[in-house]
Amino acid sequence: MSAELASGNVTAVELANAHFDRIAAVDGDVHAFLHIDREGALAQAASVDASRKAGEKVNPLAGVPLALKDVLTQKGVPTTCGSKMLEGWRPPYDSTVVTNLKKAGVVILGKTNMDEFAMGSSTENSAYGVTRNPWDLSRIPGGSGGGSSAALAGFEAPLAIGTDTGGSIRQPAAVTGTVGVKPTYGSVSRYGLVAFSSSLDQAGPCARTVLDTAMLHEVIAGYDPKDSTSINAPVGKMVEAAKKLDVKGMKIGVVKELAGDGYQAGVTTRFNEALEALLSAGAEIVEVSAPSFEYALAAYYLIAPSEASSNLARFDSMRYGIRIGDDGSRSAEEVMNMTREVGFGKEVKRRIILGTYALSSGYYDAYYGSAQKVRTLIKRDYEAAFAKVDVLVSPTCPTTAFKIGEKSDDPVAMYLNDVCTIPVNLAGIGGMSLPCGLAPEDGLPVGFQIMSPAMKDELMYQVGGTLEAALQSSWGKPLYASAPTLAVK
Amino acid sequence: MAAISREEVAHLARLSRIEMTDAELDHLASEMGLILDSVSKVQAVADQDIPPTSHAIAMQNVMRADVVVPSLTTEETLSGAPAREEDRFKVPQILGEE
Repeated sequence: MSAELASGNVTAVELANAHFDRIAAVDGDVHAFLHIDREGALAQAASVDASRKAGEKVNPLAGVPLALKDVLTQKGVPTTCGSKMLEGWRPPYDSTVVTNLKKAGVVILGKTNMDEFAMGSSTENSAYGVTRNPWDLSRIPGGSGGGSSAALAGFEAPLAIGTDTGGSIRQPAAVTGTVGVKPTYGSVSRYGLVAFSSSLDQAGPCARTVLDTAMLHEVIAGYDPKDSTSINAPVGKMVEAAKKLDVKGMKIGVVKELAGDGYQAGVTTRFNEALEALLSAGAEIVEVSAPSFEYALAAYYLIAPSEASSNLARFDSMRYGIRIGDDGSRSAEEVMNMTREVGFGKEVKRRIILGTYALSSGYYDAYYGSAQKVRTLIKRDYEAAFAKVDVLVSPTCPTTAFKIGEKSDDPVAMYLNDVCTIPVNLAGIGGMSLPCGLAPEDGLPVGFQIMSPAMKDELMYQVGGTLEAALQSSWGKPLYASAPTLAVK
Repeated sequence: MAAISREEVAHLARLSRIEMTDAELDHLASEMGLILDSVSKVQAVADQDIPPTSHAIAMQNVMRADVVVPSLTTEETLSGAPAREEDRFKVPQILGEE
C-alpha cells in the first residue's frame, strides 16, 4: 500500500474509504471495532494526500490505515478500555503513540475491542461484546488485543496497535495468523496508555507481515520525556533487520521449559517444522534451560493484579468516567463503591481483590515479595541463555484459538494461555509472534515466538523476516491467503 | 487448598472501594482459593537470599527540569467530569454525619 500511495496509484482518502467499506461489510460479524472515526481519519488522509501532491517528503506509512486498541488515548475520540467505567469518555489529550502515528501521517480508522482494562486472553471480558476470530467466527481472536488482531486477519486494516502486559499482542497474533511484537520495555512510550500493570505494559506494532510490523515499530518507538520509564536511546534499525533475510551463523535457543510438553499436537508439529526451516537457512539450534520459568505464571498473576489494584484506584467517579448513585444523600465513598461495582467487570474485580490481598500486610512478603524474587530469577535465566544464543524461541501459546465460552468459567485454565508469553514481560525483553502454519487437526493458525535480549529488538525482525520468507516459499503463498473469505453482507 | 474466607474477601472489597453483592463475595472466596493455590508456588523461593526486581530495566532518579510547561486547559481538564460547578469538579459530600 505504501508503494501504491507513493506512486500515486491510489490516494489515502480512497484507501481509507475502501477500508471503511470493508469494515461495514464484515464488522457486523467480527465486531473488531468499538468506534469508527470517519471524520478524523478522512481529514488525516486528505492532509497526507495534499502533502504528497505538494511534493513534500512523507513517512513511508503516511496514508496507510490503522486500527488502534482502545486502551490508548486519542484526543476527542471515545476511549473505553473495553470497560463500562469509561463509557462515553473522550480523552483531552493524545497518547505519545498516537502523536507519533499522526506525525507520520498514519490514518487511524478507529478504536478496537479488547478485554476490559487489558485483563484477559480472549476478549470475552469486554463490556461491549466479544470479537470473533475471522478464521472461525465461533472462536476467540485472542486477548486482550483481540480487536486489533481480528481487524488485521479480517482485512479491515493493514496495521494495528496493541498493548502487551502478559502476551496480549502476541497471543492474539498467534491465533489469528498475524504478526505482533512486544518491544523491549521502555522503548515505546506509555504516556497515554491507560495503565494496567505499569512495570509490564508495553504498546507494540501489529500487521500481517514482519516488514509491515517493522515499519510501524520505527514510527511508534522512541524516547519520551513524558514517560519516566522511557529509555533514552535511539530506535534500532528494525526495517533493515526485517529485510536481511539471513540467519547464517546465528544461534537460536529452544527453551526446554516451553518446548511443548502437553501442548496441542499441531502446535508442536508446526513449531518443529519452523525450527527445521531456520536450520536449513543456516542457523544453529541449541537447547537451553530456564528453570525459573516454572514459576513465571504464578509470579505474573501476583505482580500484575497487585499493580492493577493500585492503578485502577483512579477510577473513583470523581473526575472522569461514570458516576452511579449520586442522588445527594450518599457520601463520596458510597458513590465510589457503587460506581466501581457497576463499572468494573468480573475479571477486573477478581484481579483487584487478588492484588489487594497480595499487597496487604501479613501477606506481602509471602506473595508479592516472593513474586519479585522470581522475577529476578527469570531475568537471570534469560541473561544466562542470551550469553549462549542470539535469540530464544518457543510456540507462542499451547493451543490454537479455542471456542468462545470454552474457558470463560475457569480462570486458571484461561491464565494458562499465557504460559509462553509471560516470562518475556517479567524480564522486559522483546517478544514477537509470527505465523508458522495451520494446525493439521483444526486448520487454525499457529504462532511462533521469538525472544530477543533487551534493546536488541532488531534480532527478532531478522529471524522473523527470514523465517516468514522461508515458510512462505514452502507454502507457495502467505498464510493469510488461506484465511476464509468472510461473507460480505 | 488455600482458604480465604468470605469475611476476608468482604474486607478486601471494602479496601478496594467496591460494593459487592453477597453472591459475588461467595463466588470470589472460592475462586480466590483456587487462584492462591496456583500462585503460592512462588513461596518456594521466599526463603532464598535473592534481591527483588520491581522493574526489569533498571533506572534511577529520572527527573525533568523544574520548568513550567503548557498543560491541559481548565475546560479540557473538566471535560470528563461527571458533575461540575463553575471551574470545579462537583463531588458528593466527603465528610459523613458526625
